[in-house]
Amino acid sequence: MKALCWMGANKTSVETVPDPQILNPRDAIVRITSTCICGSDLHLYDGFIPTMEQGDILGHEFMGEVVETGNGINKEKLKVGDRVVVPFTIACGNCFFCQRKLWSCCENSNPNYWIAEKLMGYSPSGLFGYTHMLGGYAGGQAQYARVPFADVGPLKIPAEISDDKVIFLSDIFPTGYFGAVNCDIQPGDTVAIWGCGPVGQFAIRSAFMLGAERVIAIDRFDYRLKMAEEGGAETINYEEVDDVVQTLKEMTANIGPDSCMDAVGMEAHGNNFLAFVDRAKQMLMIETDRPTVLRQCIQACRKAGTVSVPGVYSGFADTIPMGAFMNKGLTMKTGQTHMMNYMQPLLERIQNNEIDPSFVISHRVSLDEAPEMYKTFRDKKDHCTKVVLDPWANGKAA
Amino acid sequence: MNHSEMNKPDEYDMNDSNRSDDQDSGYNSGGNWESMHNFLDALIPDDWSPSARKWVPIAAGGALALIGLSRKSAFGFTLAAAGGALAYYGSRSGETQTESVARGSVLLNCTPEEAYSRYRNFEDLPTFMKHLQSVTKIGERQYRWVARGPFEIAIQWDAEVFDEKVGESISWHSTPDSAITMEGSVRFAASPANRGTELTSVTRFDHPASDLAQTFAKLLGKDPSFLMQQDLRRFKALIETGEIPTTEGQSHGPRSAMDKAFEALDPDSSKRRESRMSETLNENWRTA
Ligand SMILES: NC(=O)c1ccc[n+]([C@@H]2O[C@H](COP(=O)([O-])OP(=O)(O)OC[C@H]3O[C@@H](n4cnc5c(N)ncnc54)[C@H](O)[C@@H]3O)[C@@H](O)[C@H]2O)c1
Ligand SMILES: [Zn+2]
Ligand SMILES: [Zn+2]
Repeated sequence: MKALCWMGANKTSVETVPDPQILNPRDAIVRITSTCICGSDLHLYDGFIPTMEQGDILGHEFMGEVVETGNGINKEKLKVGDRVVVPFTIACGNCFFCQRKLWSCCENSNPNYWIAEKLMGYSPSGLFGYTHMLGGYAGGQAQYARVPFADVGPLKIPAEISDDKVIFLSDIFPTGYFGAVNCDIQPGDTVAIWGCGPVGQFAIRSAFMLGAERVIAIDRFDYRLKMAEEGGAETINYEEVDDVVQTLKEMTANIGPDSCMDAVGMEAHGNNFLAFVDRAKQMLMIETDRPTVLRQCIQACRKAGTVSVPGVYSGFADTIPMGAFMNKGLTMKTGQTHMMNYMQPLLERIQNNEIDPSFVISHRVSLDEAPEMYKTFRDKKDHCTKVVLDPWANGKAA
Repeated sequence: MNHSEMNKPDEYDMNDSNRSDDQDSGYNSGGNWESMHNFLDALIPDDWSPSARKWVPIAAGGALALIGLSRKSAFGFTLAAAGGALAYYGSRSGETQTESVARGSVLLNCTPEEAYSRYRNFEDLPTFMKHLQSVTKIGERQYRWVARGPFEIAIQWDAEVFDEKVGESISWHSTPDSAITMEGSVRFAASPANRGTELTSVTRFDHPASDLAQTFAKLLGKDPSFLMQQDLRRFKALIETGEIPTTEGQSHGPRSAMDKAFEALDPDSSKRRESRMSETLNENWRTA
């Protein structure tokens, strides 16, 4: 089959590799019909997260048709021919964490848990198409994928809904929603969201679904800010203001947003002194993450408010304003998304026409064009917001 | 450690406070290790608990090594080496060299009775104990254990279950004529509020003079508790999910020559490749 492989930092290529096999009883093989490139893939592409290997198949947002199941899969749960969206977190369904619906903390899905334990104390669940520290599972930017614990994660999709409407149930729609859930939104609340990428876009819409009064979205790309406005948000282009924290103060009668969300993560762009220091440290490998946005979230949040962090961090970040965090009595909530809690309810919202997630799609191309599209998406060129890949189209079709 | 103690793993000080005696460890011959050891001894505050003395250096050393390795430069390798030494210092803090003691514990989502009966089926232990080749019943309560040592050398010992309480604990020790002297015990205790079962396991192997035992000591030298913990995690996965998670045999694109070389050297380490961070760092920094 064809698969997009990570070939080193800033290098990907489409390779012909063996078709995936069933390796465990609860595996299934999915023939992929749609797959996407995510902001999380960029952290790998840019080479910022350790434990990637040349040849790893990328991709964790995919859907398709079940073509084979292992003998441990109950046919009532999943059978050949089912059309499914596959969540990017892999969960066993029966450990301490899965039983408490903390799926992305599953104890049994990461065979390399011990590497993550060295860095984090305890290991999160395995993920598709990510680092070896998080399982090293082959990803879904390919024609087929092996899905472990296939009787737990994949969500069945009725035939009448198009791929475009449901593909984002694989990650970014639930992730934006989880980010908003973590904001602990109360009636009348103002939520400030840093990052108007796909995650930020879904977070904006989810915050309103969960009852936010106002959402203030922050980015520097006008086309993304415009999309945020279409979702009902007020916007700040942080390059056009002196100080985001001050601007937010002014916009909220000096009380501050009730919750602040970091939908940017470890590769935040910044032009102040600390951001420069972070960049230098990241180069010297003294710091792995650039927490510009996290700092602003803590600083900007109103007293006793909530900071929600769906943005991905991988290692160590310096100069976090802990004094502000402690003295203002803030709460921080974060994590890889507990996907299985949100996929079904969000599918229902799509079916009820409350939202059509396909609004974020800016590019539809063949898998062959993926290496090019990684660059376009990384550099936010060509008004790129979200890339959907067709693994079966040939060459530069779209 | 005597047998009656072996029956009560929950009373163990999980981090023996008797620090390793470097006299017979054979590791201080170069002098570097000794000075590093002394340096770290001086560095670590006296009031740290034995467990902090052990785990802080391991965690810090592990992190340093990871970061260092991901930097393919002289400085990176120095960092990695220092990290490795630090972790080694930690891992040996509390080990005695005349015996190998392995300890591990896991929380299992099942009843103590279920956990007990799965574990008691000794013949099936090799399904999750990676370094075991076979366990065969040779008498009423006696079993022959065969482990795979370095270079696939088989190592064998005979042990008998001398004490067990159904659904609670199993204890065994080597028979008098066994080539290797060892003892082991495993305990199953209900975790509060229906959290499942806490399994605690301890094994101890003597390091006597025989060649065979030396080979085995080397095998266990790869941090016996780490190996045991990995076995227990596989047992947990098997009980909770019916399978052991794996990526072995999955598809991938062409590996680099270095990855392949690493794999050939140590099949166990195939998952430890570090990202090619330095490559990125040498390239121009983009904005965003
Ligand atoms: N928690 C999870 O489970 C989960 C799942 C998916 C993605 N993520 C993470 O969410 C983050 C966003 O993903 P995405 O797909 O939307 O990525 P993206 O790269 O498309 O979007 C990031 C946006 O942040 C903006 N940005 C950069 N620096 C900023 C700053 N200083 N202030 C304000 N905005 C800034 C960029 O301009 C860009 O529009 C990533 O870190 C990704 O890894 C997390
Ligand atoms: Zn994603
Ligand atoms: Zn689980």
